[in-house]
Amino acid sequence: MSATFTKSMARNIFYGGTVFTALLFLALTFHTTWKLPQRDHRENLTPEVVRGKHLWETRNCIGCHTLLGEGAYFAPELGNVYPRRGPDFIKAWIQMQPTKVPGRRQMPQFHFTDQQLNDIVAFLKWTSEINTENWPPNIEG
Amino acid sequence: MQLQYKSQAVAKPYFIAAIALFVGQILFGLILGLQYVIGDFLFPAIPFNVARMVHTNLLIVWLLFGFMGAAYYLVPEETETELHSPLLAWVLFWVFLAAGALTVVGYLIVPYASLAEMTGNGILETMGREFLEQPLPTKLGIVVVALAFLYNIGMTILKGRKTAISMILLTGLVGLAVLFLFAFYNPSNLVKDKYFWWWVVHLWVEGVWELILGAILGFVLIKITGVDREVIDKWLYAIITLALVTGIIGTGHHYYWIGAPGYWQWWGSIFSAMEPLPFFALTVFCFNMVNRRRREHPNKAATLWALGTGVMAFLGAGVWGFLHTLAPVNYYTHGSQITAAHGHMAFFGAYVMVVLTIISYAMPMLRGREVNPERAQVLEMWSFWLMTVSMVFITLFLTAAGLLQIWLQRIIPNPQPFMEVQSQLALFYWLRWISGVVFLIGLVVYLYSFFAKDKPQPAEVGEVQPATT
Repeated sequence: MSATFTKSMARNIFYGGTVFTALLFLALTFHTTWKLPQRDHRENLTPEVVRGKHLWETRNCIGCHTLLGEGAYFAPELGNVYPRRGPDFIKAWIQMQPTKVPGRRQMPQFHFTDQQLNDIVAFLKWTSEINTENWPPNIEG
Repeated sequence: MQLQYKSQAVAKPYFIAAIALFVGQILFGLILGLQYVIGDFLFPAIPFNVARMVHTNLLIVWLLFGFMGAAYYLVPEETETELHSPLLAWVLFWVFLAAGALTVVGYLIVPYASLAEMTGNGILETMGREFLEQPLPTKLGIVVVALAFLYNIGMTILKGRKTAISMILLTGLVGLAVLFLFAFYNPSNLVKDKYFWWWVVHLWVEGVWELILGAILGFVLIKITGVDREVIDKWLYAIITLALVTGIIGTGHHYYWIGAPGYWQWWGSIFSAMEPLPFFALTVFCFNMVNRRRREHPNKAATLWALGTGVMAFLGAGVWGFLHTLAPVNYYTHGSQITAAHGHMAFFGAYVMVVLTIISYAMPMLRGREVNPERAQVLEMWSFWLMTVSMVFITLFLTAAGLLQIWLQRIIPNPQPFMEVQSQLALFYWLRWISGVVFLIGLVVYLYSFFAKDKPQPAEVGEVQPATT
């Protein structure tokens, strides 16, 4: 780089550029936070949904599944599993794990109570109603 | 050969721990790779999610060990003063190692839900989110270690010479510590949870970690090329400016489909499409500096790692990132094996390789010699090629799997269910696993290179003997 472009100029561009984009990012975040209630339908965040999220986390579901496309890619997307399979199928499926089919990917048995099953379904239902800009492309996730 | 500053010696245990945990990470990676094709492999002893936590958490922890070791090694030389407290560095080493080891043991022997209960997840729910699975005490331990580490490095820089490299490194490390605090924010609203989860994950690897990467690489390049510091500093500022100006708002490429407003498809696409620029600049920087070298440094392996970082970071983070960053493309690729392909080559090319670069440069001196014997260097360079080429193949096979997955599951008129698609990808998963085995062989060669000595030269055999009459 030429001698007219000094180190202090480079440093100032770094600080200026970083502060500017960081502030722009914060402004966008502020606006997003303001818009989110219309998109996440937080009025439907019932105690069941909150408990369901807790179950989702403490069973480390994200370690195999994706949720809205984020997580591990070992097991199916669950952001839209509620419309794909429906509540009864989801509960029955969780209860019958592991399938023990030789060679097939296995899901652990979590010994959920009926209430816990309802909670996890409530969480998945709430998640499926988030406005995700029509992602995933189809029901298979 | 003496170290320039005695206290630099504390970097050595950090590098050794980093390499040891690296080995663990790869072994669990091979378990995961096998579970992709033999679904019930090691089930229920080590379910996939547990192996994956160990694989990713070990990666993060060993890279952090590498960064800290790098800081302890380079800051005394940059600031021209001894480390503020080598004792503190030693204490933090054992605390961090114990916390890391206990966490991994916890993952492996206690069901995750019980681990959460035992470690106070009820007090503050932070667990069960990708990469942030650590129990609360571990997370708090990370904060304590990070703060004490920053104090140690900060005090050293404060009393010594303030170079651009040490300031950039410190800025990166402070950013790393501050952004980690978002790991403690876990609202019950999933959309908000995801939005701010990325402030740790994205703003680390596509933000402040790039500063650490630049500083470490800049330091090694100054040492091995002898190029004027002024030139390297200017390059570094240009690279990190590009990194943060594109990377901060580039976070938006994670906000397309998680409930955030649609305008993020524009912000995310435009800014993250420019994210390859800093990595391209990094590649040009590395080759430019080595071409303009003023000395022939005898550590050829370190030079190779430095150049490799430039190339592979650009390919993995830059090219494979760009491949699926535009919103209309990402609509189809999001959460597929394409993401896995990118993740593997980006982490390896940028952060694994930069840590191996500084280890390659510093470790001989930490072991009391300027460079490793010729044979050790040759073996190390073999390990470079084995690991790098096998990682390229891992990435290519995952990319092929990803393309086929997207086609069958998301594009054709009668899309197929996830598991049905997965079984059709088995060939690519097997090829990926074989590439992983080659990677492990490369890693074994790497480990062996630390103990390789030159063969004692048989005295003058075959040499031209002065004629005797």
